[in-house]
Amino acid sequence: MEGEPTQSAVVSDAISAEQPLVDRARRGDAVAFGELISKYERRVYRMARQITQNDEDAEDVLQETFLKAFEHLDSFQGQSKFYTWLTRIAVNESLMKLRKRKSDRTVSLDENIETEEEPIVREIAVWDDTPEQKYSQEEMREILDKAIDSLKPIFRTVFILRDVEELSTEETAEVLGLSIAAVKSRLLRARLQLREKLTRIFKRKGDQILGYAK
Amino acid sequence: MQNEAAHTQAPRKEMVTCHDFLRELNDFLDETTDPALRAELEKHITECPNCWVICDTTRKTISVYKGMEPQPIPQSIHQKLMGLIQKRCGCGSESHSGEEPPVEGQAPSK
Repeated sequence: MEGEPTQSAVVSDAISAEQPLVDRARRGDAVAFGELISKYERRVYRMARQITQNDEDAEDVLQETFLKAFEHLDSFQGQSKFYTWLTRIAVNESLMKLRKRKSDRTVSLDENIETEEEPIVREIAVWDDTPEQKYSQEEMREILDKAIDSLKPIFRTVFILRDVEELSTEETAEVLGLSIAAVKSRLLRARLQLREKLTRIFKRKGDQILGYAK
Repeated sequence: MQNEAAHTQAPRKEMVTCHDFLRELNDFLDETTDPALRAELEKHITECPNCWVICDTTRKTISVYKGMEPQPIPQSIHQKLMGLIQKRCGCGSESHSGEEPPVEGQAPSK
C-alpha cells in the first residue's frame, strides 16, 4: 500500500529511536540502562515465566538477562532492535533453566516435528463475541497462562515469541536458531492447539462442539 | 505435516480443500499469502462454515494473547535488579559470569 512503512523501515526507526539510550548505557551510564530495564523488564519477566513455568526461575532469568546485557553491551552492534537482542539472551537463559529442571529430551528445540502427523483440528465451535468482557482480567490471565503452559516447549516458545512478544517470523527464527519453515510449522501447531483449548472455555453458550471432518 | 518443500503458493487449478485451508491458515492470518491464493482461501471460508469457525477462533486466540499487557513485576524484584546493576556499574570490571551472551545473528545453544 502506498505510503505505508515497510517492516524494515519500522525496525530501522525503532533502532534509531533507542540508539542514544543504548549508547549511553554502553558508556556505563546506569541511569540509561535503568531506563531500558524499566521499559522491558515486564516483558522479559513474562516471557521467562511463560517459558520456564516457574516464578523463581523467571526472577533468575530476569536478573541474568539484564546483567549479561549490561556487561556485554559492546557486543550489541545495533543491527537488530535492542529488545530482540535482549530476547535472545532471555530465551537462552530460560531454556537453560528448563534443561536443569527437566530432561534434555523434553526441551530440545531440535525435535524433528516435520515427520509428525499433520496438525489436527478436533473441535469446532463459535466463541462468545467478547470473552474479554465475560472474565475479569485476572481470570483471563489465568486461563491464557494455563493454556500456554500446556503446550510442549518447542511450540510454546515459538508462540510466545511470535504472538505474545510480536517478533517477526525472521526474528523468531534468528532468536531460536530455527529455519523459517520450522518456525511457521510450529507456530501453526501452537496456534491450533491453543485455539482448541480456549474453544472449550470460550465457546458460545448452548452451542455444541463439533468434530472436524476433513 | 506436509513437507514444506512441497508447499507451494503457485496458482491452483483445483478448488481449495479444508486441508489446504488449514495448511495455509498461518500465512492467511498473518496476511502474507499472495493475492491470488488469498482470494481462493477467502472464497473457501465463505462456503465452508467449519473452516470459517477455525479461522475466526484462531484469529481470536492470537488476539486475546496479544491483548494481554504484561503485569508489573513485584517492586522488590525491580529494586533488587536495579541494585545489582548499580553495584556492577560501581565495581566496573568484575564479570558476572564466564558465559558470553549470544552475538547478534547467532542462535542460542541447544
